[in-house]
Amino acid sequence: MTDSPRAKDGRAPDVFRAGGWIPMRCHRDQDEVDFVIVGTGAGGGTLACKLAEAGFSVVALDAGHFWRPLEDFASDELHQQKLYWRSERITGGDDPVTLGSNNSGRSVGGSTVHFTMVSLRISPDRLKSRSRLGYALDWPIEPEEMWRYYAEVEDALKISGPVHYPWGPPRGRYPYRPHEVNAAGLVLARGCEKMGVAWAATPLATVSAPRGRAHPCVYRGFCAIGCSTNAKQSALVTWIPRAIAAGAEIRDLAMVGRIEIGRDGMATGVLYHREGEWRRQRARNVVVAGYAIETPRLLLNSACPMFPNGLANSSGIVGKYFMPQSNHAVWGTMEEEIRWYKGPPCMAICEHWNYTHAGKDFPGGYCFLSQGPLPMEWSHSVAGSRGLWGMELRQEMAKYNHYAGLKIVGEVLPQEKNRVELADEEDELGLRIPRVIFGYGEEDKKLYGHAIRFMRDCLDAAGGKDIWPEEDTAHLLGGCRMGTEPANSVTNADGRSWDIANLWICDGSLFPTSAGVNPSLTIQALACRIGDRIAAMASRGELSHPARAFA
Amino acid sequence: MSGEFQSRFPGYNVLDKWDSPSWNEQTRRVIKDRLENVPERRFFSEQEWTTLHAICARLIPQPDRADAPVPIVPFIDKKLHNNEGDGYRFETMPPMREAWQRGIAAVDAECRVRHGTAFAELPDNLKDATLRAIQHGDVRSETWRDLPAKKFFEIMLRQIVSIYYAHPAAWTEIGFGGPASPRGYVRLGFDRRDPWEASEAHD
Ligand SMILES: Cc1cc2nc3c(=O)[nH]c(=O)nc-3n(C[C@H](O)[C@H](O)[C@H](O)COP(=O)(O)OP(=O)(O)OC[C@H]3O[C@@H](n4cnc5c(N)ncnc54)[C@H](O)[C@@H]3O)c2cc1C
Ligand code: SF4
Repeated sequence: MTDSPRAKDGRAPDVFRAGGWIPMRCHRDQDEVDFVIVGTGAGGGTLACKLAEAGFSVVALDAGHFWRPLEDFASDELHQQKLYWRSERITGGDDPVTLGSNNSGRSVGGSTVHFTMVSLRISPDRLKSRSRLGYALDWPIEPEEMWRYYAEVEDALKISGPVHYPWGPPRGRYPYRPHEVNAAGLVLARGCEKMGVAWAATPLATVSAPRGRAHPCVYRGFCAIGCSTNAKQSALVTWIPRAIAAGAEIRDLAMVGRIEIGRDGMATGVLYHREGEWRRQRARNVVVAGYAIETPRLLLNSACPMFPNGLANSSGIVGKYFMPQSNHAVWGTMEEEIRWYKGPPCMAICEHWNYTHAGKDFPGGYCFLSQGPLPMEWSHSVAGSRGLWGMELRQEMAKYNHYAGLKIVGEVLPQEKNRVELADEEDELGLRIPRVIFGYGEEDKKLYGHAIRFMRDCLDAAGGKDIWPEEDTAHLLGGCRMGTEPANSVTNADGRSWDIANLWICDGSLFPTSAGVNPSLTIQALACRIGDRIAAMASRGELSHPARAFA
Repeated sequence: MSGEFQSRFPGYNVLDKWDSPSWNEQTRRVIKDRLENVPERRFFSEQEWTTLHAICARLIPQPDRADAPVPIVPFIDKKLHNNEGDGYRFETMPPMREAWQRGIAAVDAECRVRHGTAFAELPDNLKDATLRAIQHGDVRSETWRDLPAKKFFEIMLRQIVSIYYAHPAAWTEIGFGGPASPRGYVRLGFDRRDPWEASEAHD
């Protein structure tokens, strides 16, 4: 592991070759580039590629390392903590969210470097939950359009998925064939069949056949701590190399501390810390893509005399309507050996409760997935959630190979009181650290209560014994939601801030509602759409006009 | 519950795969370091070190490895010495280093209130009873007043098990396949096992 940047002096790491390099166009700090992007994950990495391919000059900065998975990723949970955002954040509220490895990445490629590759579309009705289902609020984008962008991302990542997906409107074939479902997934399948609901092989962003220099998945099961074979189609091995090939510059180990504002109230660039010093990159447009905590934090930390409450915050809601997804689970032991460490952790899925309303006492949706935690993560469940210790813990852990589990990705409804704000403490760079406040609402509790009951029955029907539930959260969304009204949203549907015409947001913080599916496919679809919209606006000469003029 | 640990995987040792295609160079480097370079005490005081050892011996008892238990406290000490956080701190808790120092002192103080002696001096049954009380927030010592006992216990236990289950000895005892790159697995179904996986004893 190196602590000095790798991407500089005209070259960047070749992610497909140990010790390899590829040429990279580099800009000087004083050059005014078209776009500077903060963060290179699902949102920022994708947008860097789209904008570079559209011919814009792009510099994308990330606080994390630029890894070469083949040489940098060990098969070891402790060591791979290096992929996570581990700077101090304060977590509070009635149901404080566990952060760090649970949801936050810090690498070129962002959280997609350690995500578990589940690649789902939000159902059209849930994108219009207010007008079609009567709860929360609508996304400011037509579902048909989102679904076209889903197809673009699925092709870009060569998603491996089932021939027939049982839920929702018809969709095209997934680009690659599905993976063989492991025993942990077959437990879900068996349970669902007994319960009379459909199941499917999960659409996954890991290739089931060779793709260029990426080998097919070898079912090693370490996905959540980084894929050392490059089978996983993270932003690091897909959008980032494409972006660099199209002329984008990526700067690793570059922490942005502030967005700078000129006298005309427009963004002029960013102040960032790299190689021990503060530097300034000038840009005609600034895009923030730091995920649902760091994006609001940066906007708030960039307060200046003209915008004393932080940037893009005339509505006062930057940081608000923050939503984790509920991630409750049931666990039980099976007669058979399951050995859930083999294969990607979530190989089978049931989206029944995203598409069915009958029998529910809450408005939101959820899916549930089969599981395969590695030993350390599993010990957090058995010791942490179940509270076991002593010989009892060791003996329970020894049932590892017989355990199976089901876990939801549950929709948490937006509430103003759930928020990201600045604490009074500062980090090592002198930047105020974020405080995250979260508490479930009544509807959220009904949702996970329903999910635990249903999954318990399902696991029981599949043959699970000694079943116990666990509470958890995953995926962080909202905090800078997009919308149609400047009074109750931070950006318009293009991620363009209402207040500052050349300040954009492109990441999970844009979500107005969280929906009951894993978010990264949607974040990437939004980024593709934003990229296309920016290119179209530029060609019409609209980039220099304020967003409000085109609302 | 105490007593001996019953292995379901006699004869299995993940380390036997060290030179096989399941282990790549970077994994060997990381695990070799973990096994050979057990950190020295740099952060904790001697008293804290002793108390925490005694706590670990109850939370993760290792009577089956009396001579060479999996080291846990040295790695917690290292983490605190380097001030490497996990990326979050509960609002109700002081900063990490302070939480550990005060928490360990509070465990001893709790034992003094209840039994008139420090944790390490107590017999195992009283150690366990005290730990259980702390786990449930049922505490009497003043030292917990602005340090939530339940939360401290939870954080401490999570840290201790993280270190234990990151050790090859723990992987072996639960029958985990261990490191797996470049070679992964082929047989994925119910009751299927590749030749390089642990085989389970059936009684
Ligand atoms: C263990 C795990 C499993 C997951 N599994 C799935 C899954 O199966 N399917 C799914 O859809 N989603 C999954 N997710 C969630 C998914 O990875 C994220 O939702 C998604 O990557 C978020 O995209 P983003 O662009 O908003 O942020 P990220 O991808 O997190 O990217 C943000 C980047 O910005 C950088 N950054 C932030 N602030 C600054 C700053 N000030 N200066 C410079 N750089 C900065 C960070 O270093 C980071 O690299 C998982 C997440 C985790 C943690
Ligand atoms: S199971 Fe597949 S995707 Fe996951 S780490 Fe292994 S090779 Fe990569």
